[in-house]
Amino acid sequence: MEGYSPQLLDLIPKEREWLVQRNEEERKHGASEENKLELRLGPPGQEEDWTRKNNSTRKINDERSLFSLGYFPNVGQSTTNTNTNTFMIQAQKAQFQLQPTTTPQGLSVMGKESSQSCSTKVADLQNAAEKKMAFSPAPAANTAVPNSSQKRTAPGPVVGWPPIRSFRKNLSGTSSSKPQPESQIVVPNKVSSENPVDSCPKGLFVKINMDGIPIGRKVDLKAYESYDKLASAVDELFRGLLAAQMDSSAGRIQNKRESEKAITGLLDGSGEYTLVYEDNEGDRMLVGDDPWHMFVSTVKRLRVLKSSELSTLRLNSKQEKVPLDADMR
Amino acid sequence: MMNYFPDEVLEHVFDFLESHRDRNAVSLVCQSWYRVERFSREKVFIGNCYAISPERVIARFPRVRSLTLKGKPHFADFNLVPSDWGGFVLPWIEAMARSGVNLEELRLKRMVVSDESLELLARSFPNLRSLVLVSCEGFTTDGLAAIASNCRFLTELDLQENEVEDRRGQWLSCFPDSCTSLVSLNFACLKGEVNLAALERLVARNHNLRSLRLNHAVPLDALQKILMQAPQLVDLGTGSYVHDPDSDTYNKLKSAVQKCTSIRSLSGFLDVAPRCLPAIYPICLNLTSLNLSYASLIHNSELIKLIHHCSQLQRLWILDCIGDKGLGVVASTCKELQELRVFPSDIHGVGSAAVTEEGLVAISAGCPKLNSILYFCQQMTNAALITVAKNCPNFIRFRLCTLNPTIPDPVTMQPLDEGFGAIVQSCKGLKRLSLSGLLTDQVFLYIGMYAEQLEMLSVAFAGDSDKGMLYVLNGCKKLKKLEIRDSPFGNVALLADVGKYETMRSLWMSSCEVTLGACKTLAKKMPRLNVEVINENDLIDASSDDRQKVEKMYLYRTLVGPREDAPEFVWTL
Repeated sequence: MEGYSPQLLDLIPKEREWLVQRNEEERKHGASEENKLELRLGPPGQEEDWTRKNNSTRKINDERSLFSLGYFPNVGQSTTNTNTNTFMIQAQKAQFQLQPTTTPQGLSVMGKESSQSCSTKVADLQNAAEKKMAFSPAPAANTAVPNSSQKRTAPGPVVGWPPIRSFRKNLSGTSSSKPQPESQIVVPNKVSSENPVDSCPKGLFVKINMDGIPIGRKVDLKAYESYDKLASAVDELFRGLLAAQMDSSAGRIQNKRESEKAITGLLDGSGEYTLVYEDNEGDRMLVGDDPWHMFVSTVKRLRVLKSSELSTLRLNSKQEKVPLDADMR
Repeated sequence: MMNYFPDEVLEHVFDFLESHRDRNAVSLVCQSWYRVERFSREKVFIGNCYAISPERVIARFPRVRSLTLKGKPHFADFNLVPSDWGGFVLPWIEAMARSGVNLEELRLKRMVVSDESLELLARSFPNLRSLVLVSCEGFTTDGLAAIASNCRFLTELDLQENEVEDRRGQWLSCFPDSCTSLVSLNFACLKGEVNLAALERLVARNHNLRSLRLNHAVPLDALQKILMQAPQLVDLGTGSYVHDPDSDTYNKLKSAVQKCTSIRSLSGFLDVAPRCLPAIYPICLNLTSLNLSYASLIHNSELIKLIHHCSQLQRLWILDCIGDKGLGVVASTCKELQELRVFPSDIHGVGSAAVTEEGLVAISAGCPKLNSILYFCQQMTNAALITVAKNCPNFIRFRLCTLNPTIPDPVTMQPLDEGFGAIVQSCKGLKRLSLSGLLTDQVFLYIGMYAEQLEMLSVAFAGDSDKGMLYVLNGCKKLKKLEIRDSPFGNVALLADVGKYETMRSLWMSSCEVTLGACKTLAKKMPRLNVEVINENDLIDASSDDRQKVEKMYLYRTLVGPREDAPEFVWTL
């Protein structure tokens, strides 16, 4: 409450409409867009609030490619997709669309249910001096020098983050691993016939590839209770990608929405594509014969084949197992 | 003028003062008010058990009947405080026992409670009615057995999120047959078995039971029997909620639940078979509080179905697998919602579900009474926060946690300064704020300028320089608790206004830029502060260099000087 008060108050701008302004000092984030977001009196979710977001995400990749965000490892994330020159910003929602205008390189394509938690990738190729990663020695005691925020770029898993209590950390899908107390009455016969999806849905992610699309996706089979739901999920996953693929191959730039066609008839052979899977014995099987829960327990990966190709597949003997991704290599 | 009122009148007037703050204020008016107030105060709240000694509390408030104590700093919840740091309740119980205090109620938070303490408590205070332990540790079920056996008038035994060693004893059976006074029993945090028959009998004879929260070891068929005995329950925490929905037991549960027309609060579901959820639909309509934050096994489509029934909800605790869409359903269904907590279900980022700013915006738009939020999310934008600020100017508590602590606004790549700034500017009654995301000194400027009612601020990985912390210390006149981790605030900020800390309960700084020398300087200038330096790895001693940075510093105002129970790695300067 001493000498600092008047100085600090001088820094405070006058009461004003809440505007988001790009502070000149804050250029370190290299935002290329003039982002003057204004408070609106309308309800949220109006078109205009979000179009800005949609427009900007398309430009993001190239410009941000060398930008370093908070340096956090991809805990639990396989790094096979990591391209050290580019990285993904958590800009998109779960419905990831492969857009012809952006570089597909190094994009981590995720399953429908998965959100952006995997997509924090670190690239630290930009000049370290410009960025906050510079580790400066402890400043002299009495200078209020703007320190680089070296703390924020500490590598390695962060103790105590996210700030939740320990017992919450063990929650996801652990009840099956908790010891069953003796006093609990177990009804073994009846419980086992219950759909396993209900009682222990740790996510079951399997790869799914589609003919003609170079990049595969992942689906969480625990999220679906039936083949129909899976089929519509497949449609949603690949519809956009397929349309994009056709557009770019035809050299046309067209509004995605017009050229998108629903992928139907995956299960009954009536559509342009058919869904098949590889089971735990390595065999390629048509999807739909087994009861759903049995299918879930034996499926290893999925494939969306062109129905026309089905008839031309070579007959394989048991020994010669053709992996589902053979066509891609 | 004041002297014309006899003490009895003053005392009667003071009886109407519920909050300890009001009573504290009243006691500062003059000597006679101080005197009247201290003899009439029955409920004492001690926000930091080391700020005062038990003897002095008892001396000042001899008629104390209810004591609330808090021990460890808040960051202890996230493993930032070493486990033997302190916060022992035993000295308090001993002192009260010695002085013949007629203790009826004891409420502890983040304290170390030994079995010995519980046994002494049970033996010394025959009128003990209520024991509430929140986030405590150090005791076993043997201690609980002592309470159950000896406290004949026990109405409330409430164990929330404690670390309890389960000795597989029969603590529940220790409630004598004569125990019929229970109103509230919560043992959800216990990990071991309980004697189910004893539990059922206990419930059957305690007709005043209003709140019952079971632990994981209580299966669904026991729940069914219990509900048959206690249709008057207002608050229920289920145990294990797994069964075959086609069974007889399940059908019995359904009809038992239908009779429980008073249930307003529901929790539990640690273990859940989603197909059994429909049994609770009938009570959903009346629910004002629902805690599904332990129920990681419910898929979001089932959650959504459940939420559709809960139009009266005022408080909802849920996991982020509900998704943004699910939050949209909450927004359109739960118009009475006041408090929402969305916890992360999958912190290792293998990433099946999460929420983003869209969910929060939807809630803010749909729930006009929202005043308290804890939100763990993948990302947040300034635009969303600004919208939320406009929609909900009534926030009292606003806690946002991005899973990546320094993530910027993904759309603009800007820090989240403007978003949080809008929140503090709009929410004039904001008392508690937790920040996350990429943040510069600017956000602290806004907080200092606008957050006039702010009492507690949590900062992690934020700010650029000492200015940030200075803005807060200078601007937030009502600040009581400030906790900072991994931020570049140093000696200048720490020492700028040393008097400020006596107006606050405590300050925590870990992995910041503060040096040992500055801590010593501060401790020397302010004898009524305990400046504790916690260095587990490099034991700090007299020969340490003053320029060395301290790992963790915790300072708090106190009237009783350095504590004597500090472990070796804690050095009070």
